[in-house]
Amino acid sequence: MKKSKLWSIGLFLLLALSVLLAACSSEEGTTEEPTGTSEETTDETTTEEAEETVPQTLVFGRGGDSVSLDPAIVTDGESFKVTENIFETLLNFGDQDTTIHPGLAEEWEVSEDGLTYTFHLQEGVKFHDGTDFNAEAVVKNVERWKAGNEEQFYYYHSMFKAEGKDIIANVEAVDDVTVVFTLSRPQAPFIKNIAMSAFGIASPTAFESAGEAFGDNPVGTGPFKFVDWKRNDSITVAKNEEYWQEGLPKLDTIIFRAIPDNSARLNALMTGEIDLADGINPSDSQTVESNADLQLIERPSMNVGYLGLTNTRPPFDNKLVRQAVNYAIDKQAIVDAFYQGRAEVAVNPMPSSISGYNDEITGYEYNPEKAKELLAEAGYDGSEIELWAMPVPRPYMPEGQKVAEAIQKNLSDVGIPSKIVTFEWATYLEKAKNGEADAFLLGWTGDNGDADNFIYTLLDKDTIGSNNYAYYSNDEVHELLIAAQSEIDEDKRIDLYKQAQEIIHDDAPWVPLAHSIPLLAAKKGVAGYLPHPTGSESLINVSME
Amino acid sequence: MLRYIGRRVLHLIPVLLGMTFVVFLIIRAIPGDPAQVILGQQATEEATKALREKLGLDQPWYIQYFDYLKGLLTGDLGESLRTRQPISTEVWPYLAATIELAVFAMIIAVIIGMNAGIISAWFQNSWFDYTAMVIALIGVSMPIFWLGLMEQWAFSLELKWLPTSGREEVRDPVQAITHFYLIDTVIQGRVDQFWVAIKHLILPGVALATIPMAIIARMTRSSMLEVLRSDYIRTARAKGQRMGKVVYKHALKNALIPIITIIGLQTGLLLGGAILTETIFSWPGIGRYIYEAIGYRDYTVIQSGILIVAFMFVMINLVVDILYSAIDSRIKYN
Repeated sequence: MKKSKLWSIGLFLLLALSVLLAACSSEEGTTEEPTGTSEETTDETTTEEAEETVPQTLVFGRGGDSVSLDPAIVTDGESFKVTENIFETLLNFGDQDTTIHPGLAEEWEVSEDGLTYTFHLQEGVKFHDGTDFNAEAVVKNVERWKAGNEEQFYYYHSMFKAEGKDIIANVEAVDDVTVVFTLSRPQAPFIKNIAMSAFGIASPTAFESAGEAFGDNPVGTGPFKFVDWKRNDSITVAKNEEYWQEGLPKLDTIIFRAIPDNSARLNALMTGEIDLADGINPSDSQTVESNADLQLIERPSMNVGYLGLTNTRPPFDNKLVRQAVNYAIDKQAIVDAFYQGRAEVAVNPMPSSISGYNDEITGYEYNPEKAKELLAEAGYDGSEIELWAMPVPRPYMPEGQKVAEAIQKNLSDVGIPSKIVTFEWATYLEKAKNGEADAFLLGWTGDNGDADNFIYTLLDKDTIGSNNYAYYSNDEVHELLIAAQSEIDEDKRIDLYKQAQEIIHDDAPWVPLAHSIPLLAAKKGVAGYLPHPTGSESLINVSME
Repeated sequence: MLRYIGRRVLHLIPVLLGMTFVVFLIIRAIPGDPAQVILGQQATEEATKALREKLGLDQPWYIQYFDYLKGLLTGDLGESLRTRQPISTEVWPYLAATIELAVFAMIIAVIIGMNAGIISAWFQNSWFDYTAMVIALIGVSMPIFWLGLMEQWAFSLELKWLPTSGREEVRDPVQAITHFYLIDTVIQGRVDQFWVAIKHLILPGVALATIPMAIIARMTRSSMLEVLRSDYIRTARAKGQRMGKVVYKHALKNALIPIITIIGLQTGLLLGGAILTETIFSWPGIGRYIYEAIGYRDYTVIQSGILIVAFMFVMINLVVDILYSAIDSRIKYN
C-alpha cells in the first residue's frame, strides 16, 4: 500500500511537471498568434486592403466592474459607461459638452410657464426584444421610477423630487409618438436632467417580467445589445443590427474589461490585450505620448478637487482663518506637480465651462505674508489641525497623499501645524460627512453640467449631511440657490449663481484646488472616440482602423 | 481510519460556529454605515435611513446574527447588498477562479520548492544550497505587487510571451460551465483556448507561488537535513544503496510531515490572501470580491466571503490531518 501511494504521488508530480513543460514549450507557437496577426492586419489595411478587414471589436479597459446594468437604479460611473450603449435617453448631451440635442425625442417644446414639456418621439424605433418604443413605453418608464422609493431609484428621486413631492406631476401619452410631461413647479434644469444616463428608456415588457433581475438582462433601444457578463471580469455587448440610425453603430462588439490597477491597465494596453484604457495616471502621460502605437486622449473637465475646511470646527469656524488658508496654499505648484499641468487651477466651486460661472472673481493668490496677517488678526492660537488625505486616486485628485504633503508644507510655512491622517475610503467619507475632519481633500464630478449640480449639491445648507461635507451654511446663498432652481429665465438664473459664487468666495468654505483633465489612452487604430465630461459616453461612432 | 475522520469532522462544528460569530463581530466593529456607502456620495439622509431599515441594520446585533445563522443552515448565504443577487450563486465564479489559480500556484510551489529543498539538503553547503537558500530568502520577502508588475514588464511587454492580465482572451471568450476554465475548455474540446487559459495562469501563478515556494524550500531543507543525519540513512548508505534512492525514498517520507503541514497552511493562505495578485493581474477571484465588498460595506458578502475562505482553510487542515495518519501510521487518533 505504501509503495503504491508513493508511486501515485510521484506520478502526480510527473504529470504536473509535464503540463507545465508543455505549457512553456507551446508558448512560442501560440502566444504570438492573437497579437501578431492583429498587428499584421492593421499594417496591411493602412497600406492596401479595405477597412473591413480590421475586426470591429473594441476592448475597453477600466478600473472597476459595473454594479448593475439597469441605469435607473445605479449611481456609479462604471455602470453608466455600459448602459449608455444599451439604452438611450429622450434627449442627449452634446458629444463632449452638456448642451442638449435630440435623442429618442426628435423635437420638444416647453410651455411659457415652464410647466409643460411636450416630446415628439422618433418613429419606428424598437427595443432589443422586438417590442415597439412609443409614448406608452415612456409613460411606463416614468411610472416605474415614480413608484419606487428613493433607495431603489436614487437619481430619479434626487433630480425629480423636492421635499418628498414629485416634480413630474403627470406623464401622458397623447398619441403613439407624443408624450407630455406636466410639472408641479418649474424646474430650470429639467431637460438637462432628463438627458442623464440614469433616465435611459427601458423596454417595459422586459422590466415588468424580469423585476429585480432586469439589471442582469438589460433591454433598451441603444446601438448595442447586451450579450454576457462575467462579474469583476468583463461585460460584452454586440451591435444592434436593427438600430434605427442608418449606418450606426460602427463597432460589432465592445468588451468592457475591469483591470483595477492603473499600471497593469496601461501594461495591458501596451501589449494589445485592450484597445482603450480609462484612468491613466498623469505621471504616465509621457510614456503614452512617447509610444508610437498609442494615443493620449483627454476627457473634457467637469469636476472640482478641493480642500474642505469644516466650517463648524475651530479654527475653521473663523472666516479669516479660512481665507488665510486660501492664501497660504500654492495651487499652481500643486497642479504643476501632481496633475502634470493637466488641470486648471480652481477659483470657484465649479469649472468655467458651466453656464453661470462667475469669471469676474479672481482667486486667492499664493501669498503667505497675507495669510500670516489674517491669522494674526483672527487670533489663531497655533493649535495643530488634522489634514485628511484621500486614500484612493480619483480623476479630480490623482495623488491625494502627495497633495496633502504639499499642503502640509504650505500650512506650516504660515504657522499652521498639521498632521496628515487617512482612512479606508468608505470610512473616510463617513467620518467627513459627520463633520469629524478639520481639513479634508475631496472632489466632485458633475452629473449633468448644471450649476445647481455643483453649488447647491455641494454647498447649500440643505445638503449638510450628504454632500456638503464642509458644513457650510449661509442663508443668503441658500435663498439664491433655491430661487435659481425654479428660475426659467436663463439670464436671471446665471445672475443668481454669480451672486452666490461671490458670497461663497468671500466665505471661503473650501480651498478650491483644481479642475482636472482626466486622461485615457488608446491604440492608434481607435477612431471616433469622444470622451464625455460626465464620465460615460456612447461608443456609437467609434471604429477600429 | 473512518472513525478518525468522523471524529475530526465532528470537532469542526464548534470551530465553524465560533468562526461565524467572530466574523460577524469583527464586521460590526468596522466604522462606516453600509446604507450610506451603498447609496454613494449623492444620497440623502431619508434614503439611507430607509435602506438601513430594509436591510435589517436597525435591528439589535444578536437578532441579525441569529437570522444569519438560520439562513446559513438552509444554505442561504444572504443577498449582496450592492448587487442584490444571492451570494450563494454569485460567489461560485469567483471561487472557481481563485481555486484554479491557487492550485496552479501550489503545483509550481510544491514541485520547485520541494525539489530545491531536497537537493539543498542532499548537497548541504554546496553552491546550489547557498544559491537556493538566498533565492528562497529573497522570495519570502518579495513584495508581490512589485514582482507582479516586473513579471508583466519582462514577460509581456518585453518578451511578449504571456498576457498581462485576466483569465482568457476576451475577444474569444471561454464559455463557462464549471467556471474552471482549464476544465471548461477541455470539455468543449477547445485545445487552443486551453493553452490560452494556461498562459493566463502562468504570471499570476508564479507571483502567487513565490512566497509558498520559498517557505516550502526552506522547510523541506531543514526537515530533510534532520532525517539525513539519522542512523537508518547511514545504514541504507552502508548497504550500498544509491544516494538518490535513499534521499527520495527513505528520507523524504520521514521528512514529509512538517512539509505537508506547511503546504496545507500555505494553500489555505493562497485561497484567501491572493488579493494583491488578483488586483495586479485582474483575476476575478474571491479575494478581490471580498476586498471590494469591504469598500462598499457589503456586510453580507464580507461575512459569507470570509466564512467560505475560513471554511476552506478548515477543510484543508482536515485533509492534512488525514494525510498525517496515512503517511505515518504511528499517528493515530486517541
